[in-house]
Order: sequence, then structure tokens, then C-alpha cells
Amino acid sequence: MSDIGPGAAQGTGKGDWPLYEVFVRGKRGLNHVHVGSLHAADDAMALTHARDLYTRRNEGVSIWVVRSEHIAASTRDEKDPFFAPSADKVYRHPTFYDIPDDVPHI
Amino acid sequence: MSDDHVYMTLAEGHEDDARWAYGTGFEDPLHGVDTTVPEGVDAGRLAADCVALADDALVSAQRLAEWTTRAPELEEEVALANIGLDLLGQARLLYARAGQVDGTGRDEDAYAYFRDAEDFGNVRLAELPCGDFAFSIVRLLVLSSWRLAHFEQLSAHPDPVLAAIAAKGVKELTYHRQYAAEWAVRLGDGTEESRRRTRTAMEQVAPYLGELFTAYDVRDEVVAVLRQVTEAAGLPMPVYRPLPGAGRAGEHTEHLAPLLAELQSVARAHPGATW
Amino acid sequence: MTTTHSAEVPLQELQQQFDATIARDQRVEPRDWMPDGYRKTLVRQIAQHAHSEIIGMQPEGEWITRAPSLRRKAILFAKVQDEAGHGLYLYSAAETLGADRADLTERLIEGRQKYSSIFNYPTPTFADVGVIGWFVDGAAICNQVPLCRSSYGPYARAMVRICKEESFHQRQGYELLMTMMRGTEAQRAMVQDSVNRWWWPSLMMFGPPDGDSPNSAASMAWKIKRHSNDELRQRFVDMTVPQAEKLGVTLPDPALRWNEERGSHDFGTPDWEELKQVISGGGPCNAERVERRRSAHEEGAWVREAATAHAAKQARRVHEGATA
Repeated sequence: MSDIGPGAAQGTGKGDWPLYEVFVRGKRGLNHVHVGSLHAADDAMALTHARDLYTRRNEGVSIWVVRSEHIAASTRDEKDPFFAPSADKVYRHPTFYDIPDDVPHI
Repeated sequence: MSDDHVYMTLAEGHEDDARWAYGTGFEDPLHGVDTTVPEGVDAGRLAADCVALADDALVSAQRLAEWTTRAPELEEEVALANIGLDLLGQARLLYARAGQVDGTGRDEDAYAYFRDAEDFGNVRLAELPCGDFAFSIVRLLVLSSWRLAHFEQLSAHPDPVLAAIAAKGVKELTYHRQYAAEWAVRLGDGTEESRRRTRTAMEQVAPYLGELFTAYDVRDEVVAVLRQVTEAAGLPMPVYRPLPGAGRAGEHTEHLAPLLAELQSVARAHPGATW
Repeated sequence: MTTTHSAEVPLQELQQQFDATIARDQRVEPRDWMPDGYRKTLVRQIAQHAHSEIIGMQPEGEWITRAPSLRRKAILFAKVQDEAGHGLYLYSAAETLGADRADLTERLIEGRQKYSSIFNYPTPTFADVGVIGWFVDGAAICNQVPLCRSSYGPYARAMVRICKEESFHQRQGYELLMTMMRGTEAQRAMVQDSVNRWWWPSLMMFGPPDGDSPNSAASMAWKIKRHSNDELRQRFVDMTVPQAEKLGVTLPDPALRWNEERGSHDFGTPDWEELKQVISGGGPCNAERVERRRSAHEEGAWVREAATAHAAKQARRVHEGATA
């Protein structure tokens, strides 16, 4: 989500199309990756534009488009308590538990 | 400078994944397809059919290329170029097939650059000037629906090369039709101005529908698409009043000759040159 | 997008974090605090880069309809389309900094923001298509590869994508020239004439000499710009001279010669007066380039408005349907 800015000021013209963020999962990918943004008047147009701009015409590629204004994001500047350190909660770390070596798949 | 390594990797073998919109590929989609003309297929007829379809595609691609740097939004620049490139790609394959089977051994450029307007078989709707965006969209809607319906039949053609070209084309044309339909609805059901321009576009296209259905018997399919779009846009269906004459017979409007003059200008100024 | 509430952090600490990020050669990302000057410089640089891609579509775009073979037609059509895409990537990067594309477009049309001076020259022959690929994309690559390590994340990432494609464009341009140089007398003459016209403007693409470049110091300190104008210009010359030899064309600079001591080529001084003229609007095609962009934008207004109006109608219908 690192490429999404604090929210572009919306143009005031009646022909200004809102900003969409584009996420693509490739044929062999495991999850959607943010690839950039574009302007479109509606969701269908956003998908069409995303297809033209960010993918080659491969079947099986999945595209998500989301209005930028609908994305809530954290900032690097935020400190505690948002990213509460889990160092003091050792039971969340696997090394806390003493498992014998011969137990499989652990 | 320490950036040499980055520059070197750019010069290395170019993988496909970076080329997100680099045209319709430069690999040969007919690779592995047997190119001999099958028994029972009339080679002359096959060649003529291929050339006519190629002419439609080339002339359409030329009109789409005229939108470069003039499209109503940058995203549409990319979209229209995609469609133009698809059609140009189809033209190239079809001309190549014609040259293989008509006994002349001509290449794609011989057909595109060294024939005159009266020898071109494209339908007249394709050669009309771009007009405004509404006209280009409505024209694209009609031509892509028409071509798609015909290509769906051609996918079962006894000539394996033409069948392969058609099968590839069906995927592309489905997208072209969808793009055009979405825009036709937006413009038809947008503002007062866009609605007016879309109605005008439909009226301007209507006289040229007749020869499409004479060429290929796909009237029902095309009319169904137009009906769907006009209903969604809240517009009346265009009135069917066909103009006499047919591009397929070499009868063209005054617009084709200047289009070809421009298209062919550099090639003809250097006959025999390789580019 | 909505902002989550952030705790108050003193300005001095934010500046220190920013400076440390730069010093460690790490990336600044959109949600990070950054000095106003950094943000403004970046928006201006990225926007002008984006404008260059869009305006750059014009000199070559006009040859698509006349390309003399279908293969060249397809290649050129795709190349110009790529340039639109590059412009879009870059406008997106600028928007992550709070800029608005419609506003940036207005600035371009009104002459308040610039684009690369090279695109103010005309393309009278088809050989220019090849030479632009060779020189202009070549120079762009020299400029842009270092930007792949620019301090601002979205810009650096956009540059990586763009560089890969631009190297393909340069190769295609050079390949066209090789074909023409092995062709007819007329084709060879066309190539040499084109080289004569584009060489000096291409050297000027790297900007004025380092001493005359006011914005460079801050940009270099912030690692927005990674190398100086003169360094990049020298690199371009050294890269291009052997390519010209291979092609069999003469670069129009009598002072051009290999300097064994420096391990580099000496070359003549570009006409900086010409660069100043062209940058300030006095080039052969400035008016035409901006006018084309302006008219496309204005003529397209009814289309964009229609799309917005339709989307609003659809949204209302959905809402009415839901509440019915």
C-alpha cells in the first residue's frame, strides 16, 4: 500500500474523474499487488482502464480497483499505541514453547 | 558511475512481463499451423475474403491512429491504441494468408501500400472520417459487433489459418465491442450534449449498415447489440435506410483516396526500399 | 483516503527522521513526513517528466499514419501508446504527493510547467522516428536509470517500469536506422540529415552546464537527482559514439574525439543560447505542441463530463433502488 498518497485534492471541474488505486494478481501470483493508480468515471471504466494500462491480456489475471478515497492507511510516523510492541507478550512467539525435536511438522 | 549494473540489466534479454501494452505481440500466432490450402477450399475466394477483411481492419486501424494525441483523456489514448493495434495485427495476418494462397506470393506491405482505392474492398463505414468521439464510438460499436459475429463463424472455417486468425480475433473483438458499448451508453445517457451527439452519430452510421449485412448474414446479431445499447442509453434505434453501392465491390466514398494517399505516401516515395 | 490519527511528533524529530532516511539511501514514501521544499521540488520534477512523455507523443505520433511498412506502423503505434502509459504512471506518482492531475494539465497548457525541450523540434522525415528512438530514448535512459534510485519511492518504482520499456524503444529506433543505412541512397541521406538535426538538441536534453543549473543543488542533496547534468551528458556521448560508428553515420561535431587521458570523449559546446530560447517558448514547435494538448483537453471536456454525469445517474439509480 506504499504508493497511496494522503489523498489527491479532487479537481473541481465537472469532467474530473476520481482517482482509483489498482491491484493486480498475476497468473502465478499469490495475492494482489498494488501497481499504481488511474482516473475513471465509474468502476467499470476503472477496470477497463486498469486492464489496458497494467496487464497484458492474460486470462486468469485478477484486477481489483478501489476508489482512493475509500482506502484508510496507516502512516510510518505513527508510534505506540498503534503498533504496540509485542515483545512483552512472549507467549505469542513460538520460541516460548519447548517442543521436543522429534514432533513432526511443528 | 555506479549505475552501470542497472544499465546492463536493461540491455539484457528482454522479458515479456515489462511490456504491458506493447502492441499485439511480435510472436507468430500461426506458429505450428499447417499452411497448405485444404482440399475443397477455393484458393482465389479464400484470398479475396482475407483481403477484404484485412482492408476493413487496416482502414479502421488508420482512423483509430488519427486519435493519437487527440483522445478525450489519456486513458482513452491507451485504450484506442490497443484496439487499433489489435486490428492492425489482424490485417497483417490476413494479408499474409492472402499472399500465401493467391499465387502471387505478395507480402503484407504489397497489399497495404501498393494497391489503389478502387482495389480496396473495405466497407465504406470504415473509411469515413473520425468525426467526434461519439461518431467514432458508434462506428466502433457497429463494426466490432459485425466483425465479431462473422469471426465467430469463421473460427470453424475449413482453412486452418483463417480459422486460427478468426479465433484469436474473437477475443480481441469481444473486448472492442464491450469498450464501445460501455462508452455508447455513457455518452447516450450522459449530458444533453453527449446525448445529442450520440443520436447524430447513429443517424450518420445508419445508411452504411446495409452493405455490412449484404457482405455477411449477421444482421440479427448486430441489431440485437444495437437494441441492447440503445435501450440502456435511452435512445431510439437508428432508422435503416441503406445507401446503394458497396465497398466490397470497390465502390468507395471520396474519403478513401486521401486516407490511402497518406497511408502510402512514404512507402510509394521509396519504391523497392526496405524498412 | 482517510487519515488515521497520528500522535504529535515535534518538527525537529520529523526532520531528523527524514534526513536519516535520505542519508541511509532509504525510500521516502507517500505517507511520510517530508519538508515542503522536497515535496514541491518532487511534484515539479515528476510533473514535468510526465508532461514530457505526453508531449513527446506528438513528434512521433504524427508518423503512425504514414509509417512505410505495417511492422513499423505497429511498432510506432505501440511505442507512442507506451509513452501515454508512462505519462500516466508519472502523474500517478505526482498525485501520491497531493497534486491533482487536472491541475497539472492546466499548468502545462498555461505554460506554468514545462516539458523536455527536445520535443519542441519538428519531425520532417521518417528517419526522425529512428533517430528519436536512438538519441532521445537513449538520453532519456541515461537520465532515468539513476532515477530508479531516487529517494522518493513511487517515483523510483515508476522509473524502473519506464526504463525497461524505454530500452526497448531505443533498440527499435536503432534497428530502423540500421535497416535504412543498408538501404537506398535516399534512405541513407535521410538518416544522416536527421542525425545532423537531432544531435545537438539531444545533448541539450541534459540541461544547462552544471554551473548554470539553479535547481540542481537542492535536488542532489535530497537525492531526487542522482547525477549532474554534465556527468550524464558525458555518459551519453561515450555511449553513443561507438553506436554511430557501427551505423556508419557522422555525428555533426568537428571537436568530437577520444581523450585517452580522461578515458572519455571530448566534444564541442552546445549552443546554450538556443537552449534558453527553446525553453522559454521560442523553439520551432513550442506553440504547436502546447496547442495540440490544449485543444485535445478542451475538445474532450464534453466526453469527460458525460462520463461523470452518467456515473452520477447510475449511482442515484442504485441508491433509489436500494431505498425503494
